[in-house]
Amino acid sequence: MSNFMEWVDRRFPATKVWNEHLAEYWTPKNFNFWYYFGSLAMLVLVIQIVTGIFLTMHYKPDASLAFASVEYIMRDVPWGWLMRYLHSTGASAFFVVVYLHMFRGLIYGSAREPRELVWLIGCVIFVALMAEAFMGYLLPWGNMSYWGAQVIISLFDVIPYLGPVLTEWIRGDFVVSDATLNRFFAFHVIALPLVLCALVFLHIVALHKVGSNNPDGIEIKENKDENGKPVDGIAFHPYYTVKDLVGVVVFFMVYLGVVFFWPEGSGVLLEKDNFAPANSLQTPPDIVPLWYFTPFYSILRASTSDFLIILTVLTGIAAVATFFIDTKRSNKITAFICYAVLAIGLFTFDAKFWGVVMMGSAIVVLFLLPWLDKSPVKSIRYRSMPFKIAVGIFVIAFISLGYLGMHPVSALSTIQAQLCTVLYFSFFALMPFYTTWGKTKPVPERLT
Amino acid sequence: MSSNEDSTNKKRSRRRFITGLSSAAWAVGAGFAVTPFVLSMNPSARAKNAGAPVEFDFSKLQPGQMVKVEWRGQPVVVLRRTPEMMSGLSDVTDLLADPDSAGSVQPEYAQNAARADADNNDVLVMLSVCTHLGCSPVEKLAVGPDPEMGEDSKGGFFCPCHGSKFDLAGRVYKNVPANKNMDIPPYQYLSENVILIGEDSARAS
Repeated sequence: MSNFMEWVDRRFPATKVWNEHLAEYWTPKNFNFWYYFGSLAMLVLVIQIVTGIFLTMHYKPDASLAFASVEYIMRDVPWGWLMRYLHSTGASAFFVVVYLHMFRGLIYGSAREPRELVWLIGCVIFVALMAEAFMGYLLPWGNMSYWGAQVIISLFDVIPYLGPVLTEWIRGDFVVSDATLNRFFAFHVIALPLVLCALVFLHIVALHKVGSNNPDGIEIKENKDENGKPVDGIAFHPYYTVKDLVGVVVFFMVYLGVVFFWPEGSGVLLEKDNFAPANSLQTPPDIVPLWYFTPFYSILRASTSDFLIILTVLTGIAAVATFFIDTKRSNKITAFICYAVLAIGLFTFDAKFWGVVMMGSAIVVLFLLPWLDKSPVKSIRYRSMPFKIAVGIFVIAFISLGYLGMHPVSALSTIQAQLCTVLYFSFFALMPFYTTWGKTKPVPERLT
Repeated sequence: MSSNEDSTNKKRSRRRFITGLSSAAWAVGAGFAVTPFVLSMNPSARAKNAGAPVEFDFSKLQPGQMVKVEWRGQPVVVLRRTPEMMSGLSDVTDLLADPDSAGSVQPEYAQNAARADADNNDVLVMLSVCTHLGCSPVEKLAVGPDPEMGEDSKGGFFCPCHGSKFDLAGRVYKNVPANKNMDIPPYQYLSENVILIGEDSARAS
């Protein structure tokens, strides 16, 4: 065996890569529950690719055949129902895992220096994943698929001048049609999976360059023994590969439980209206996107002309307030210019335009996290009270937006969504300020 | 300062210039190479030809009844409005964002309160596509309280996607996500009860 490995190693860096990334990749020894979700996200990616390959063997990307071919997979293809339920449930599982993974980064300051690129690449993965999920959702060619695609593609219509040309180019037709279905299939099964795999690779390369953060938010690389091994580090393999296996088992219990006993998720995982074929004349009476898009969808719906007036006033107050805050002069001026541009923009463009801009911004602000957070410590364990309260409010606002987005609009729910939208953006806009308020706890020298 | 060093510097700047120039040429070439791929995603010739006008005979349509007709893959509403519905149109003017349809899409003969031609202004022919994000609004033809349209609804259309409201002429209410009235397609009468949706060449003559 050792002769064989020597032979290989002279031609390919197998042992070197194994050691650098697994057997001698030093990982903080105090990973907790929150650190399962990175490896689980990779597992779900593999599940989606494998089940996806088997689904494409029977699926027909043709507007006249697509819906029937999915029913064919469900009824006639041996084990076809399992492939499809694994894939459809896997899509929801992917977002559960990714949202928890992102939340982990938020509370332990994993986006902070020197891990900004890990975070940025991760945000791009999130965007690519949303595109992947959205395009995949058109493929069953159910009525919700059709109208969901119609709504999301129409978002690009608000871009001045370019909008109408761009939407035609995306659809390949004047309405969502066979051409749209066919190209979404191409993007969903090959283009975006390739992009996703490449991005995941980069995400891990960037992570292994800087090393993992941990629940204490301190750098284990700053405290090494005489051999250069961090004293608080343990080898990723076997310690965390074994730990992650426990996570995998628990994950499969939940995931397969849903696949076998609750695949439709009472209309949340597989929407009721998607059991009817696409009908270009009839929008489903209660159209909602899948649950993982609803927080952003709520922000889109929250934009009304009354709300814009409130936002203009709020940004105006914020602009004035900036001058009474104890911070650097350059910060004040930057903040003031941002607010001024926003206030003028809110006055110029209409509610529809701002709905789309706010939905887009809700994702763009995530990218800025490493630079908005000014706290002297990383982990929530040692942060000051204002940050903890802000995270609490943010979680409530995000979940509320998701809940509201799953239900039809009413006068009351619009106001609730608007309030949550303000809270969502305030979490990021005010972050440079509240992360510097209050007293942080002393950070330990070693991992606890 | 030797002449040798001078010539090395000269060589370097010369090399840089040539590298820059060839990079620029590559960029232009790449632009040309990408063009056919980008353009291949535009609507095909077949898609462009599929926009023929559609005939519809509405003789069986009672006052207050509505049907949806497919034209270019999109739903077109044909609604014969009752006198009560017509009078409701003027009651809601103050609640509308664009009551005169100044910023909306319609043929000239339909730019009026009823958004229909003067000869048959009870018949509404309208693209049932919400001007917000393209859903097809649900008809709320009844006059009176409605959970979506409000307590004293005069009837209209409600978009289930994002809650935009329109009156029975497809004119958008204030303070909803949509910002324009729903489009009126070109149409003409082939006979008293038959309309042709998608063409109005007979009107011009």
